[in-house]
Amino acid sequence: MSSYFHPFILPFCIGTLVLFVIIAVKFYRWITTLDRKQKKNVWMSLLTVRVFPALWRIVKEIVKEVLLHVNITRYNWRMGYMHRSIALGWFLLIVTGFVETLFHFRGGGHLPWLGIFFRFFVRDYTYGISRVWADVMDLLLLYVLSGVSIAIFKSIYSRVVGIRKNTKLRWFDICLRYSLWLIFPMRLLSESCTAALTGNGGFLTQGIGDMLPTEFAQVMEVPFWTAYSTCLCVFFVLFPFSRYMHIFTEPLLIVFRSLGVRESSQPTGYTRMELNACSRCGICIDGCPLDKELKINDIQGVYLLRDVRHGLPHRNATENCLMCDQCVVDCPVGIEITEIRKQERNKGALDTHDNYRFLDSIQSFNAIGRIAYFGGCMSHLTPGVTESMKKIFDAVGQKYWMMDEDKTICCGRPLLQQGFIAQAAELRRKNAHLIVESHAQYLVTSCPICYQSFKKEYNLPIKVIHHTEYLAALIRLGKLKPHKTGLKVAYHDPCELGRGCNIYDEPREVLQAVAELARVQKEREHSICCGHSLGNTALDVEKQDKVRDAALRNLKADHPDLIATACPMCKKAFQRDRYTTVKDIAELIAEQL
Amino acid sequence: MDFGFTISKPRSIEPTEAGKEQLRLLEEQVPTFRRCMNCGGCTATCSAGHFINFNIRKVHNLYRWGQYKELDEELQKCMLCGKCTLVCPRGVNLRSLIIHLRKALNKDHLSNDFQHFIRNNNR
Ligand code: SF4
Ligand code: SF4
Ligand code: SF4
Ligand code: SF4
Repeated sequence: MSSYFHPFILPFCIGTLVLFVIIAVKFYRWITTLDRKQKKNVWMSLLTVRVFPALWRIVKEIVKEVLLHVNITRYNWRMGYMHRSIALGWFLLIVTGFVETLFHFRGGGHLPWLGIFFRFFVRDYTYGISRVWADVMDLLLLYVLSGVSIAIFKSIYSRVVGIRKNTKLRWFDICLRYSLWLIFPMRLLSESCTAALTGNGGFLTQGIGDMLPTEFAQVMEVPFWTAYSTCLCVFFVLFPFSRYMHIFTEPLLIVFRSLGVRESSQPTGYTRMELNACSRCGICIDGCPLDKELKINDIQGVYLLRDVRHGLPHRNATENCLMCDQCVVDCPVGIEITEIRKQERNKGALDTHDNYRFLDSIQSFNAIGRIAYFGGCMSHLTPGVTESMKKIFDAVGQKYWMMDEDKTICCGRPLLQQGFIAQAAELRRKNAHLIVESHAQYLVTSCPICYQSFKKEYNLPIKVIHHTEYLAALIRLGKLKPHKTGLKVAYHDPCELGRGCNIYDEPREVLQAVAELARVQKEREHSICCGHSLGNTALDVEKQDKVRDAALRNLKADHPDLIATACPMCKKAFQRDRYTTVKDIAELIAEQL
Repeated sequence: MDFGFTISKPRSIEPTEAGKEQLRLLEEQVPTFRRCMNCGGCTATCSAGHFINFNIRKVHNLYRWGQYKELDEELQKCMLCGKCTLVCPRGVNLRSLIIHLRKALNKDHLSNDFQHFIRNNNR
């Protein structure tokens, strides 16, 4: 067996050992620091029948995302190819190398590094079927190399893979990137040298080997293999501290996500997993309106995650974000970027007590058999919306109770978005009390911000409906028959309703009953934020207006007669522009009754 | 210059030096604060102000004048709903102002700002 040893394998062996120890320690720390609720979710999934769909999801997701990179490919096929060729190619190289070794040694019992340095140690490898193995390995190596070349080209010119900007990297990541890029060319050179001397290469390595002078191959064989082993060692030892940690973290994240774990309001081990699962692909920079319109280029998901992970200063990245969720929708790894941002916004010391006793004075209303209607703070600034809703309720003979006729308790979401967790909970408690006491059967709300809050943060015993859903139901059931007009209307998807709550079809359905829909280039999950989002306090109004103008340009491209939206906040934002006519869907319907 | 009349002393408001520094720091963080023309639009629309006597314009004016007493308590009534910011005709970023006011008035943060103050004044 000793003929299967050479000192050059040492860097590789040490590197691999260090790598696995570090990863084991990290994984252990993350898993043990999940919080109570997250752990409970894991056990609930593991110990019940839910485990089967979870397992299926895990396998499916790992193959789809870690190996095939389907989401990235969907975003841009060249970028997908780059990621896939390196990930899948390398994975297959390792697996095939392993199988080849098993095959050659007729089962186990061989030394663990042989799969990696096979060609160097097994030199009399020129019989029949071995040529096939060699060709397969060469094909895989070529596949990886093609990905590496794209990566190198991309680092100079990012448009090759269809993104506007490369992520700005730390010097550490840059060093590591070079060691990764070197690994495969080194492997090619070392195998070629060996092939030149022994003739055991496949079509590629043998081809190159035949071109090399024998003296050169004799001198350079061991140095090349040493360089290959050293590159592997450097890469393995450093990578748990770099962005490449995503390679091992992503599968772990998929496992825990499939077991039902989600971010909670405080950072936990799961947060560490998400932070480490970011590959810094830069897709989240692409859609961010702050980057595009305001050239603010240090706050996007990738930078927030990086700075939180490495403990770098990140106040600006934390505060200056619209929370429009574009990056969350785009992220191929599915990292809950906005939730992490909220955790970082946590106002701790400012959040210890509130002064909301005055809200206790509100009396609940007996609303049995009625619909509770909540306009929301913003609707008080757009009375057209609430008036239209009342008109519609009356038209269909629906009894309702307007919870916030003249006074409104905020739903609490704005506080929560700014990191005032306890105070937001207090407002939620007050509102929930009112709603439960009223015994209303449904809660209709006009504001997507409140809607998302009631739906996801309240845990109410009754069903929460946005007014567009309500109108769509009325029209479908024939209760409401608005007249069709000849208007051409562009619909703006509010962030909180669309990306936030996945409601895209109902508003369009309602609009089509009264008007014709204009074509909008970026719509549905790609709709541009109106800029005045409550998620942001760092932007002044002039800057918010610039984002809004981008949204308006997008909406007006098809020359619509007017713009329709389903959020009082967006409406208010668009109204600030003199040249824009904007109406809420409820208003359009109420006009045509 | 002597115009032959003065404002009677007890009715004039003179923030202390420390108060001026506090104000300067706040204005640095929320530059739009300077634009306020005291129209009262924010107070008229305020969600919390609809329930009780809570006057957001008065709160930030009192801060401007260096009268910090009980302002922190008062500010805890705000629900951060954002109506004030949306109606302000001068584009004052009121929500940002409120958060920064709370920071400035909070004991823990005050010491930070004080450190900042010392650092800036002892070059
Ligand atoms: S957050 Fe997601 S989209 Fe952004 S760089 Fe990381 S993996 Fe890519
Ligand atoms: S939530 Fe919107 S504004 Fe914030 S980083 Fe993501 S895309 Fe940019
Ligand atoms: S609405 Fe604006 S300008 Fe008017 S008082 Fe309030 S902050 Fe000042
Ligand atoms: S954010 Fe605060 S001060 Fe402004 S309107 Fe809402 S409750 Fe009033």
